[in-house]
Amino acid sequence: MYKIVTKRELNDTVTLMEIEAPHIARKAKAGQFIIFRVDEQGERVPLTIADYDTEKGTVTIIFQIVGASTKLLNTLNAGDSILDFVGPLGVPTHIDPEAKRVCVIGGGVGNAIAYPQAKALHNAGIQVDMIAGFRSKDIVILEDEMRAVTDNLYMMTDDGTYGEKGLVTDKLKQLIEAGNHYDLVVAIGPVIMMKFVAATTKPHNIKTLVSLNPIMIDGTGMCGGCRVRVGGKMKFACVDGPDFDGHEVDFDELMHRNSFYKEQEATARDHECRLLKGGNQNG
Amino acid sequence: MANMAPKKTAMPEQEPNVRNKNFKEVALGYTEEMAKEEATRCLHCKNKPCVSGCPVNVHIPEFIAKVAEGDFEGAYQEIALTNSLPAVCGRVCPQENQCEGKCVRGIKAEPVGVGRLERFVADWHMAHGSDKVEKPASNGHKVAIVGAGPAGLTCAGDLAKMGYQVTVYEAFHAAGGVLIYGIPEFRLPKAIVAKEVAKLEQLGVEIKTDMVIGKVDSVDELFEQGFEAVFIGSGAGLPSFMNIEGESLLGVYSANEYLTRINLMKAYKDGYDTPLAKSNKVAVIGGGNVAMDAARCAKRMGAETVYIVYRRSMEELPARAEEVHHAQEEGIIFKLLNNPVKILGDDQGRVCGMECVEMELGEPDASGRRRPIAKEGSNFTLDVDTVIMSIGTSPNPLIRTTTTGLEANKHGCLIAKENGATTKEGVYAGGDAVTGAATVILAMGAGKTAAQSIDEYIKSKC
Ligand SMILES: Cc1cc2nc3c(=O)[nH]c(=O)nc-3n(C[C@H](O)[C@H](O)[C@H](O)COP(=O)(O)OP(=O)(O)OC[C@H]3O[C@@H](n4cnc5c(N)ncnc54)[C@H](O)[C@@H]3O)c2cc1C
Ligand SMILES: Cc1cc2nc3c(=O)[nH]c(=O)nc-3n(C[C@H](O)[C@H](O)[C@H](O)COP(=O)(O)OP(=O)(O)OC[C@H]3O[C@@H](n4cnc5c(N)ncnc54)[C@H](O)[C@@H]3O)c2cc1C
Ligand code: SF4
Ligand code: SF4
Ligand code: FES
Repeated sequence: MYKIVTKRELNDTVTLMEIEAPHIARKAKAGQFIIFRVDEQGERVPLTIADYDTEKGTVTIIFQIVGASTKLLNTLNAGDSILDFVGPLGVPTHIDPEAKRVCVIGGGVGNAIAYPQAKALHNAGIQVDMIAGFRSKDIVILEDEMRAVTDNLYMMTDDGTYGEKGLVTDKLKQLIEAGNHYDLVVAIGPVIMMKFVAATTKPHNIKTLVSLNPIMIDGTGMCGGCRVRVGGKMKFACVDGPDFDGHEVDFDELMHRNSFYKEQEATARDHECRLLKGGNQNG
Repeated sequence: MANMAPKKTAMPEQEPNVRNKNFKEVALGYTEEMAKEEATRCLHCKNKPCVSGCPVNVHIPEFIAKVAEGDFEGAYQEIALTNSLPAVCGRVCPQENQCEGKCVRGIKAEPVGVGRLERFVADWHMAHGSDKVEKPASNGHKVAIVGAGPAGLTCAGDLAKMGYQVTVYEAFHAAGGVLIYGIPEFRLPKAIVAKEVAKLEQLGVEIKTDMVIGKVDSVDELFEQGFEAVFIGSGAGLPSFMNIEGESLLGVYSANEYLTRINLMKAYKDGYDTPLAKSNKVAVIGGGNVAMDAARCAKRMGAETVYIVYRRSMEELPARAEEVHHAQEEGIIFKLLNNPVKILGDDQGRVCGMECVEMELGEPDASGRRRPIAKEGSNFTLDVDTVIMSIGTSPNPLIRTTTTGLEANKHGCLIAKENGATTKEGVYAGGDAVTGAATVILAMGAGKTAAQSIDEYIKSKC
């Protein structure tokens, strides 16, 4: 059993938890993830390691409440325990040691995943600009944390209720066109956002890393459920990723595969890309 | 005078049309009378050909003699001398190629039902015997085991009995390996596996689940933590795909994913959250035990039509004879000498068919089996909504890529000597991780051998 040490609701649908797992905290690196299972009947669900504290022996996760398992997890409180917590899984983000300036882009809850990357880059002495996109002011998360690890933080909202009005890609285009030179762009968020970020950087030939979130079960390369197409080849995101070269990823296929177990169209923007309805569940 | 009945004493089974709708065990097991009757078919051959067919040399005529006498506990003790998982082996060993394949009774008629008797004895013992397992006195030495499949569990048990302090690290949330995530409940009830695991815990074996070695701690770090030897029984869980068009369509599964969702994650039980697509027409590609299990699970999950699509003929089908027979009885349709070339999708990207080509058998290939060759222009479309790829697995690269000095062959199988020693000092390996996908009994045998070798290795260092 793994104890929940702290719980903080970042907004109505996004929660942060610190989980006691010293053996994972000792090993975790930016870009890796864990798989949790709340109880015996639960699903195995992947979440990015948002932060870790080797001294306290804790791992931080930040999750959006989208379905059964995340809802169930959110019913628990500090002091409660969950049954399974496996990690650290996946390949840590590889940062080119030559990189001098990087632009990190987060979309919605993707900012929670982008934040540890920004922090790792910042700690490595790299100049970090970050574009953090949200639908609206009331769902902004982690602003102070992000500000602390970035040189420039651009807050964007779709409806203009906070920061600048517009999409993260608008800002990125503007920054690039204004002559800012980036050695690398890291984009994490809804698949559709990552797809358009990659399309924006491609003509400028800026290397772009994206973090993929296909449906997973084991997270160790044994089911093939997480297969994604990258550079025309089949990759298992849990062991070959989750980070991949954004210019090589087949985003359309990923969006499509992620819709498989979807019962109805989600209303959240993070899901507006998953247009397929009627995925039937029977278990 | 031996019982010369040409056929094995019949095994009571659930009716095919009943059982293909539930996950309860198919074969119900012998009664005491049936077991005694079958036992009298054994001729107690002096040279014991059957024993030579068994990878762990179960004392077959001896245990069968005890069954005939009605001394079932005695029979169990005889089996337990060489086999630590008889309830499992009696159910899943490919007996026709092993013990029973060598039985002299098999020359003219059916062999003695060694597997059925072994299963009976093990079940009888579980129900009536007393398994007071005593934790042996510790010898103060620590051994780590990676993987809680039959290889790892057997190695752990043997070492614990010798007094070693054993810790098993398992990546999944439960111990058992393929026995719990692959082989379905209707062939091997999970309660049996759970009992075996509980027995190990009583012996003092510590089982740590949720631990992916190579990600959390590496093999090298296990040594740093004070383990004096490490056994690797990580299996062969990496699924292969065919690399044909349409494999990313919705409705294409690897058998591993399909079986894991059903068996380990219990998609078939109410109350569990694991989703599984509702399928009507399923094609399972492949002809091994894994394919039979996937096909029979699909049927039980409610599919109307289930095909086994296999590129060779019935003769080459690698699955256990009993599983093929049971699958046929349950209404699985065998499309033999057929091979998929392309999976077709509808405008929503869901599987809506599979294009196949007919095959014919040519000259024998490297494996000694006749090579299937596609018949030009014989393409046809099979109407299916789900495709399950069951064309083989290979060892997961995680351990070998994170352990210094551990070598593997070109198929990714760890290189190990007869005694289980790998290319790295103090590291032993066995089971599917070394052989590639094989059998439960071979994995167990390898675990046993490695336990011996580890004992010798650690003693030689003291
Ligand atoms: C490597 C990785 C890291 C991730 N990190 C985070 C994170 O840090 N924070 C976060 O909020 N989310 C993260 N996700 C997504 C998260 O795993 C899913 O939101 C979660 O599985 C939903 O589970 P549920 O039971 O609550 O919802 P469900 O009811 O199962 O599903 C709701 C929606 O999520 C989709 N979905 C279901 N299972 C998965 C899955 N395993 N992966 C992706 N989508 C799925 C469904 O198609 C549906 O649209 C990550 C996913 C991956 C693969
Ligand atoms: C569906 C199916 C049906 C089968 N039917 C039969 C049958 O009828 N008869 C028969 O004899 N054989 C059958 N087999 C084959 C048989 O199950 C295997 O040969 C046998 O289980 C191999 O045992 P093992 O201990 O080597 O590996 P496994 O049983 O594969 O166990 C390996 C264990 O190691 C764990 N692991 C892997 N990597 C790591 C890591 N890095 N860290 C920690 N743990 C790790 C895995 O999670 C797993 O639990 C079947 C196989 C399948 C898949
Ligand atoms: S262990 Fe397997 S091969 Fe050996 S006697 Fe038993 S059923 Fe036969
Ligand atoms: S070969 Fe057959 S008949 Fe002979 S001892 Fe073995 S089981 Fe009995
Ligand atoms: S999650 Fe199973 S192979 Fe990646």
